[in-house]
Amino acid sequence: MSATTATAVRDVPSRTISAGLTAATAHRVLTQLRHDKRTIALVVLLPCVLIGLIAWMFDGTPVLDQFGPLLVGLFPMMVMFLVTSVATLRERTSGTLERLMTLPIGRGDVVVGYALAFAVLATVQALVIVGFAVWVCGMDVAGPIGLVVLVAVLDAVLGCALGLGASALARTEFQAVQLMPLVLFPQLITCGLLMPRDEMPTVLEWISRVLPLTYALDAMQLLAAGGSWVDVRGDVAVIGGFIVGALVVGAATLRRRTP
Amino acid sequence: MGNNAIEIAGLRVVRGGVPVLPSLDLAVPVGQVVGLLGPSGSGKTTLLRAIVGAQVVDGGTVTVLGLPAGAAALRRRIGYVTQAPSVYSDLTVTENLRYAAAILGVDAAAIHRALVDVDLLGHAGQSIGTLSGGERSRVSLAIALLGRPDLLVLDEPTVGLDPVLRRDLWELFHRLSRSGVSLLVSSHVMDEAARCDRLVLLRGGGVLADGTLADLLARTGTTDAEAAFLALVDEAAAGDATAGRHAATAGGGSGDGVTGRGAVA
Repeated sequence: MSATTATAVRDVPSRTISAGLTAATAHRVLTQLRHDKRTIALVVLLPCVLIGLIAWMFDGTPVLDQFGPLLVGLFPMMVMFLVTSVATLRERTSGTLERLMTLPIGRGDVVVGYALAFAVLATVQALVIVGFAVWVCGMDVAGPIGLVVLVAVLDAVLGCALGLGASALARTEFQAVQLMPLVLFPQLITCGLLMPRDEMPTVLEWISRVLPLTYALDAMQLLAAGGSWVDVRGDVAVIGGFIVGALVVGAATLRRRTP
Repeated sequence: MGNNAIEIAGLRVVRGGVPVLPSLDLAVPVGQVVGLLGPSGSGKTTLLRAIVGAQVVDGGTVTVLGLPAGAAALRRRIGYVTQAPSVYSDLTVTENLRYAAAILGVDAAAIHRALVDVDLLGHAGQSIGTLSGGERSRVSLAIALLGRPDLLVLDEPTVGLDPVLRRDLWELFHRLSRSGVSLLVSSHVMDEAARCDRLVLLRGGGVLADGTLADLLARTGTTDAEAAFLALVDEAAAGDATAGRHAATAGGGSGDGVTGRGAVA
């Protein structure tokens, strides 16, 4: 028969992750982002506007020093959750994912590739917002500023990972947007921002312990109060665990066969 | 696998409680351009999705190039073009192809060759968002050609193309088939039947007829594919009615396919 039939067939198990294919996916997603300059501008500037408004409102009080680090961790997480869940939903609904799943690429390559690309964007976002809060708004963080950036990046990546997982639950863009309050608001209410967690009803306090935002804000609170790496490393480990868990869920919900 | 690129036995697919493919049998020979024709809703896309392993199936067997459909080893041997062009609209033509090339492990020369095949070399640097519908579907086709697959599964690849481009694409399909590639091409445009080596007429999720155009025309005493299709539909309906009257003795359910094939023999 033809020469094409004789081509060696390499079997690619779907459960392994290939560095090359993950990088190719991340590169593709970053190229898409690069073409969409307006989204980049919104992702990077929107959190700065919000921080700026708060700094202005509470000018002359210690509110920014106290709550600024929390918001620096929170805003990127919300923004990246939305961006990621809509981006991956678009891939699911446009037919590109259907063909992708018939090609020799693992599900992990797709999900981790997406997460890496958005992590790059999240890092840029975290650097800009922390820089803006400290140098423009005059936020004074008692702990090391490098750790604030690290936790902010992790929060944003967590937002991406949750968005990737959540996009599996949504069938339309309308539903994807609704998932943001569904996933984030209960975390926001129980994370300790509205009421110290030890004053909450016991059940709510327990619920707050299994939600990732609790640890993200705990780390930021510790840093705002002058904490060091030793104080926040437990929180950082838990956030990392949630990121991995959400990515595993995201990969597991990608199906090669659909109804 | 013998001389068949695709062998399907008793394929059953239920979508949303409706049996889209109640029980389908089909064999697609190697190295031919086989046209899958039928009206909208006849189950063409579902059948193609089952062949590429993208469809959840409820029963039967689908064997592709000697392996069960959806096997990992098939992923670099099948080129699949979905009905809506599956390309990233915010990337350029070349960027789209580069991603698929990275997945398939092919080089820049393969990208160049695929672009020449679909006559899009002049649009290589253009963003998909600025292309026409026909150009987008050719980008989608170029991606399917990248890995020099043994089997091409194309879901309505010529929709929205002008007659010149359609002719060129069919010439490409035949060039590929001469080099040993098997092609299964769906269309709801009956006049594309004349361009296929072999036709499979699908209706209501069953194979109404399977043979060369000449066979079908001779059997139905008609002069074009559309008339042949209509004659076969009438024949099947009459067969169903007969089967209904003699319910006690007739086979029942798969009447469509049996009637169609019986008439050929």
